[in-house]
Parts: sequence; structure tokens; C-alpha cells
Amino acid sequence: MSYETIIGLEIHAELNTRSKIFCSCRTEFGAKPNENTCPICMGLPGTLPVLNEEAVNLAVKAGTIFNCEINRLNKMDRKNYFYPDLPKAYQTSQYDIPICRGGYVEIETEGVERRIRLNRIHMEEDAGKLIHLEDEAVSLIDYNRVGVPLIEIVTEPDMRSVEEAIAFLRALKAMLEYGGISDCRMEQGSLRCDANISLRRIGQDTLNTRVELKNLNSFKELQKALEKEEKRQRELYTFGEEDKIKQETRRWDSAKGKTIPMRSKEDAHDYRYFPEPDLAPVIIDDIRIRKVREALPEMPAEKKKRFRELYGLSEKEIDIIIGDKAFAQYYEALVACGTNPKTGANWILGNMLKLLNEKGLGTDQIPVAPDALCKLTKIIAEGTISITAGQEVFREMFDTGRSAGEIVQEKGLSQISDTSDMERIIESVLDDNPQSVSDYAAGKTQAAGFLMGQVMKGSKGKANPQVAKAILEERLKQRV
Amino acid sequence: MERMTAWEIRCGITDKRFTAKEAVTSCFERIYEKDTIINGFLTLCHEEALNQAARIDEKIKRGEQVGRLGGVPIAIKDNICTDGIKTTCASRMLHDFIPPYDATVIKKLKEADAIIIGKTNMDEFAMGSSTENSAFMKTKNPWDRERVPGGSSGGSAAVVSAGMTAIALGSDTGGSVRQPAAFCGVVGLKPTYGLVSRFGLIAFGSSLDQIGPLSKNVKDSALVLEAIQGEDKLDSTSVRHPVTEDYISSMEKGVKGMKIAVPVDFFQSGLEEEISASIKESIEKFKALGAVVEDISLPITAEGLSAYYIISSAEASSNLARFDGIRYGYRRSEFSDLEQLMEKSRSEGFGEEVKRRIMLGTYALSSGYYDAYYNRAQKLRSKIREQFVKAFEGYDLILSPVSPALPFKFGEKSSDPVEMYLADIYTVNINLAGLPALSIPCGFSKDGLPTGLQLIGSHYGEEKIFRAAYALEQELKLKLQPVL
Repeated sequence: MSYETIIGLEIHAELNTRSKIFCSCRTEFGAKPNENTCPICMGLPGTLPVLNEEAVNLAVKAGTIFNCEINRLNKMDRKNYFYPDLPKAYQTSQYDIPICRGGYVEIETEGVERRIRLNRIHMEEDAGKLIHLEDEAVSLIDYNRVGVPLIEIVTEPDMRSVEEAIAFLRALKAMLEYGGISDCRMEQGSLRCDANISLRRIGQDTLNTRVELKNLNSFKELQKALEKEEKRQRELYTFGEEDKIKQETRRWDSAKGKTIPMRSKEDAHDYRYFPEPDLAPVIIDDIRIRKVREALPEMPAEKKKRFRELYGLSEKEIDIIIGDKAFAQYYEALVACGTNPKTGANWILGNMLKLLNEKGLGTDQIPVAPDALCKLTKIIAEGTISITAGQEVFREMFDTGRSAGEIVQEKGLSQISDTSDMERIIESVLDDNPQSVSDYAAGKTQAAGFLMGQVMKGSKGKANPQVAKAILEERLKQRV
Repeated sequence: MERMTAWEIRCGITDKRFTAKEAVTSCFERIYEKDTIINGFLTLCHEEALNQAARIDEKIKRGEQVGRLGGVPIAIKDNICTDGIKTTCASRMLHDFIPPYDATVIKKLKEADAIIIGKTNMDEFAMGSSTENSAFMKTKNPWDRERVPGGSSGGSAAVVSAGMTAIALGSDTGGSVRQPAAFCGVVGLKPTYGLVSRFGLIAFGSSLDQIGPLSKNVKDSALVLEAIQGEDKLDSTSVRHPVTEDYISSMEKGVKGMKIAVPVDFFQSGLEEEISASIKESIEKFKALGAVVEDISLPITAEGLSAYYIISSAEASSNLARFDGIRYGYRRSEFSDLEQLMEKSRSEGFGEEVKRRIMLGTYALSSGYYDAYYNRAQKLRSKIREQFVKAFEGYDLILSPVSPALPFKFGEKSSDPVEMYLADIYTVNINLAGLPALSIPCGFSKDGLPTGLQLIGSHYGEEKIFRAAYALEQELKLKLQPVL
């Protein structure tokens, strides 16, 4: 029996606003616990929310780039539940009328293009963060995140493999980044993903019981968790034990490498949603939608098209560079300074990525400015230093932030391109190795290689190989 | 001074007949003497009031202009947040809560140079019609100390009635300003929803709550409204269009030609005869003054009461969920886990009536019941609003009773919640429709208890309400000082 995998995702993305959704507290990550709070986001008695219009604009923007239908008359709703991370004991969210409906994201896996449909996008506020101490019977609460604006993006169950789910999330993340909608830092929790997964017989048109997976904080975890759950379900189907698959939420434990049941359908909360009486309706008119559309930056698909036309890179190179907004921006700045597009791609995909990984830096933390790297590629192209020396210089630039010129000068890495110096060295090598010269004359061309090695040695590696080789061949011919 | 109105106190201070300090001192003398009998105040701010008075006297000395309420003492219901001053909602849950901010109305009162003298007793979280639901004490009706002052703004109504202050702020979700005003023989206004900012008012029913003044006469009511009304960027539901800035100058225009509707449905069984009779006398006065008074049908009274209790309780169940013992407020000291901490703190921190409404509201919002209760109540609410809007196409004002009953004795109704809820039958519809209404004394029962009527206006129709109320007040000339 053959089975196919059905996956749907729910993505929470924190919106790139400077202030929170209902108050003027800052939203930046990494502040001291409870530093970014005020009576409003702490839900103190008597306080009221005021909707941050920029959050609405970003939600409209998300709807626009994902081809959704934007709802004109919007309201917010209260989702009621008791938990200490929620100071008002309700989350202000959207229930029956989301700001965006429908829409899709196009993905490509192994050369096949597919369209993954979205069900809805709605706006809501984030909750705080609970930290359970291990040694004490105490939990700490950090409310900095409370009230950070979020959009929740819910897909249709359209993904048919783990690879497709990963490709979808990558495409979605890139689009959110390019649109300036969210900074999508999964490690900081500004992009979070839950997954619903089920299996069914090929040809079956109804859906089977699904399992929701939570705590998937990176692409790697998402992939591992989905693969594990897919395997678990496949085995149960294979052995006819599919009734053991319950509609439940399972938490991915990355340390243990398995999913653990959290709660079943029976424990589902009754959130007692009702319209938020403290906020006025949010009306989105055509002008607002047009303004968002007109201000839309270039999206990954358009950029890809442009890269193909302009830079002569391979598809794989393009995908890696474009898949990351900061990286693509860096690359374009590098080319704009005058770097050869192919050379530039080689540098950033090779040495740059290697060093970033080594230092654990993100692509938005590159310590070498594009024009500094551009200068380095120029002096290599001009033959001032060798490629090997160039790599050494680059590492030094990366570590110290100094310029290529400074490092080359200090380390004496300039190549000898001056022909008079070179001629002197070559003449003395030929004089010292008469046997090799006669071997060459006798047709043993490999003798030239040995002589070339001697020349490089004589120049302490500073000879420009192309120039040296040309002169050596000329002088050898003269002596034969 | 205890007989003076806010207007008179302000004039006395600006004319330098007495100082703000003298006004405050006299006010506190009266409080220290009479509040031991009445129990209107939960917290007094004597020192803060004297400091504020000194600032105002200084201003006057320097020849500077003082605000609309320059030097006038005012009492504040204890569900309106005051920076640095305890704000308890008369609940054990918030017995020690000191807000780090002022409500917008408090900010505006301070800008108008009013002097806050203290916080008044109320039904816990404004839920009740007798102030018996206060977790701390019972406030007495100054006209008969065996009887309740009404509620939930019973403390504010009683202290104005007893001459401890000329003006006070209350809040009105379903009649909580108007009904105690009628019980205590003072003027109470519930403004149009959105006219006065709710920022800093501890929410009961967010879509119904409005802050309003209690005062000895109509002019003071207008004076306070002028000071506290207007758009507030901190309250998204506050008014978004220009407001009448001056009600007082048009107040004396009279009611000649004004069309007043009297809904016959509001005068049927359940209304005490003595109240009905005194309202009818006032209707005759209006006619004599040249108003056109006509009977209309507005068959919404009983339905409105159910809709009101569902919507207000639903909103309250959510608004009061934040009091969980985690961050502030009452916390049970022994607990075994998180759930127990919240559960015990809430069961011990809230009183019976509050818990009853939370249960009611939670039920109304529960899945499977939402459509039958909350949704149906909202539909009914739209219908009620439409009926009122339609009525105002033909009339300037609607006149009705405030409460079906005269002030009752302590304990008389507290054992039967439904009977207590029925006390709100004439007031809740006005909140559901978001309309303004003013409760004004219109006579006395044979036992000397005050009776009241309410004048209901169209949205933002406060100006006409004040005009009619002022005309009636001048005509009736009631002696409204209870003997204490």
C-alpha cells in the first residue's frame, strides 16, 4: 500500500514595527527582562489598547505579497484563557474575520513548481515568556514580548512531503524578509512554526486524523520532527494500527529526537472568543491597499529573474544568495562597486560563508564592507597578490576590519610583476640548472615545470606566475 | 460652604471671597463630622488636597487664570484610577492597588484646577444597585440611614447629597450614576458613550461604561462635563467628532416648543405609585413651560434587561480575568500549584455578586451557548438602538422613570439577585443604545424620600438634556438638603 504525506503549517511572524501593537513600548529583542513594558501592555486595571496602524499596514503588505484577498471592515476579538504569560488573561486576536483570506506561495522542489495555498492571515499580539527555573520551584516571567504585533499565517494542507514543507517555509521567510514585514529570526522566536501532519492512501480524497507538532524552532528541527512523525504514522498505518493516531498536539523534543504528547483534542480550551469592545473597527480602504502595493520592494521571484539575466550565475548560486535577504543585499552592493559578478559570487559563497559559519555570525553581521571586499578582488585581478595570498588577506580583513591594502603592505604580499627583477631571477635559475635546460631542449617539457618551481622559490613566492611563466618560456627558447 | 454648588465655590475663590485652602478645609471639616454616619469615603486625600489648594491659591495670588473648576473639591468613585492614590473598586481583590497613572478624567480635572478630596465607596467592581456589594462597608442614604444610597456609585451620590462635596464622579454601566442620584436626591448624568474617555476607569462592561458627574444641580453637572469630556488618544472608543464646549450659556433657553416623548411602556406594572405620581407632576410642569409632551410606545424594557445582563456580564468575565493573583492584587498565600494559586486568589478576592456575574458571562460566551445568548443579546442591542434612534427622529428628548422603586432598606433585596437586577429596568437600555441621560430629583415620597426622573437625549444631545433639566429644576425649586 502506498501512502502520501499531508502537511499544513501555521506560522507566527512578529511584525517589524518599532512599537508594540497596543502601546508605545519598544519591540527590540534582547532588552533586560520586563524593561519594555508599561501599564498598558501589562494590562493594569483601567488601561486601554490603541491599535498600532503600522502593524495593520504590515499585515496588509503580507496579504499583498501572498496574493490574498484583503478584508475591508476588520475587527479584533478577545481570546480568553488563563496563563501567567498573558497579563490581561486574554489575547487580542482575530477570530472569524481575518484581515487576509486565501492567497498562495509558489515553491520549487527538484525542478517541480507548486503552488501552496494559504487559508488565512490574521493579526494578534504576542504573549510573554515564562522561564521555569530548574533548581527552584519558581517560574520567572518576562513580559517584554507581550504585545509585540504578530501575524499568524495558516496554510491549506497542501504540502505533500517534508521537502515541500521546508521549501515552503524558506520561500515564505524570504518573502517576509524582502517585504520588510518580519525579520524572521527563528532563533529569537520572531518566526515560529507549528506543523500539522497526516498520512493517507494514495487516491483517497478525504483527510485522516492529523497531529499538530509544536516547538519547531529551526528548519533543521522542523525537518527532523516532520520526518520522525511521518515515520511514526507510516509505521502505524503499515501495521494496521492507525487507530492509535489521535488528534493531538505533540511537542518536539530535539534533545531526545522525538515528539511527546502535550494535549489531546479533549483538553482543547474553550477560548470564549468575542469582539474586542475596547477597539474601534479597522477599515482598510483602496487607497491604503494601493499605497502598500506601490511601496512594495522587489520580491525574491523578481530578484531571481533579474539575477539570471544580469550575472551569469548558476541556479544553485542564485538560490543560495537570494534565499537570504541580507546576503543578496551584500552581493548586490559588492557587484555595484565594480566586482565581477562571478568572482563576487565565488567569494561570498566560498570564503565568506566559511568564515561566517566558523564565527557563528549571521549574514547581516558581515564584518567586511562590500567595497572593502571589492578592493581585494581588484588587487587580485590586477595581479598585485596571488589568490592564495588573497584568501589570507581576507581572513585578516574579516578578523580585524582593516583594509586589504594595509594588510598586503604590512605582510609584504605584493607579487613581483616588474620584469627586470623577474628576468634577473630567471637568468640565475637557468644558469644554475644547465641539466634541466638541456632536458627541455631534448623535448622533456616537464623540465619547464621544475624550472618554474625554482623561479617561484627564488622569488620567495612573490612572482606573478603568469608573468614569470611567459618570460621563462621566452628565455628557454633563446637558449635552445 | 456645605450648601454651596461647585459654580459658587469657584466664583468665591476667583472673586477672592475665600481661598481654595479654606474651601478644602471646610470640606474636610464636614467630612470628618458627617462621614462617620454616612460611610461614603473609602480613602481621603487631605494632604494632597491641601497641596493642590496651595498651588491654586498661589496662581490666584499671581493673578493667573484658573481652570473651569478652580479650587472646587471633588470626590471620585473608587474605580477611577488616581496616580499614587489607592483605587480598590471596593474589592478585596484590589484592596492595596495603587495605580501608577491617572485616568484621563483625573488628568483633565487636575488641568481644570479641581481638587480631589477622596475616593468613594461603591458596589464591588460597580456591580450592584445598592452599594451593599462593597467589600469594605455599607454607605447610608443621607435621607434615611436605614436605607441604601443606590448603586453602584452610592458613595459618590451620598457624599454630594450630604454636603461633603458639591460634585463627584461616578460611573454608569447600566444606571450606576442615575439610580443612586435618584435615591439620594442629586443630579446624575450618564454622557453619550464615547463623550468621556474611559482610560483609567477600571472596566466592568467596556461597551457600556461611561464616567459621569453627580452634583447638587444641573449647572454643576454641565460644568463638570465641560471639564472632562472630549476625544482621548488613549481611548479608541472615545468621541471622534467635535463636541459642544459650552453647555451653560445655552442652559437658560427653556423648553418652549421642545418635543418630549414619554414611553408608556416605562410606566406599567412594577413602578411604584409615588414615583409615577411625582413624574406626572413634572410632566405637567414641562407642558406648562411650553414643551410638547406626547406618549409613545417603546416596547423594549424587559428584553433590554436580559440583553444588558448578558452583554455586561460577558464583557466583565473577560475584563476581570486579569485579576489572577500573579502580578498585583489579592493573592492567597498558600497554594500547591499555579492553577490553585489563581483559583483560590479569585475565589477569595472576589465577592459573591462579582463571582455570579463572571459565571453568567463565562456561560454566555461558552461554545455552544454563544449564539443563544451573547449573539442574540447583541442583535437585540442593535434593535434597541434602532428603536431609540427612530424615536429621536420625532422628539428632542425622552422622559422616563429612573428606578421603579424608592430607596429600599439594607438587606431588603440583597437576598434575591433577580429582584435587584429589576431595579435597573429603566436605565440599562440607555447604555445599550449608548445614549446620554440625566437623572434629576422631581419630588418626594410621603415619607420624605427623594424621587427622580430621567431625561434621555439623542447621541451627543447633552445640550438639550441640560436645557430641559435646568428648566424643570428652576420650576420645582426642591429643597434637597437632608437633615443630618
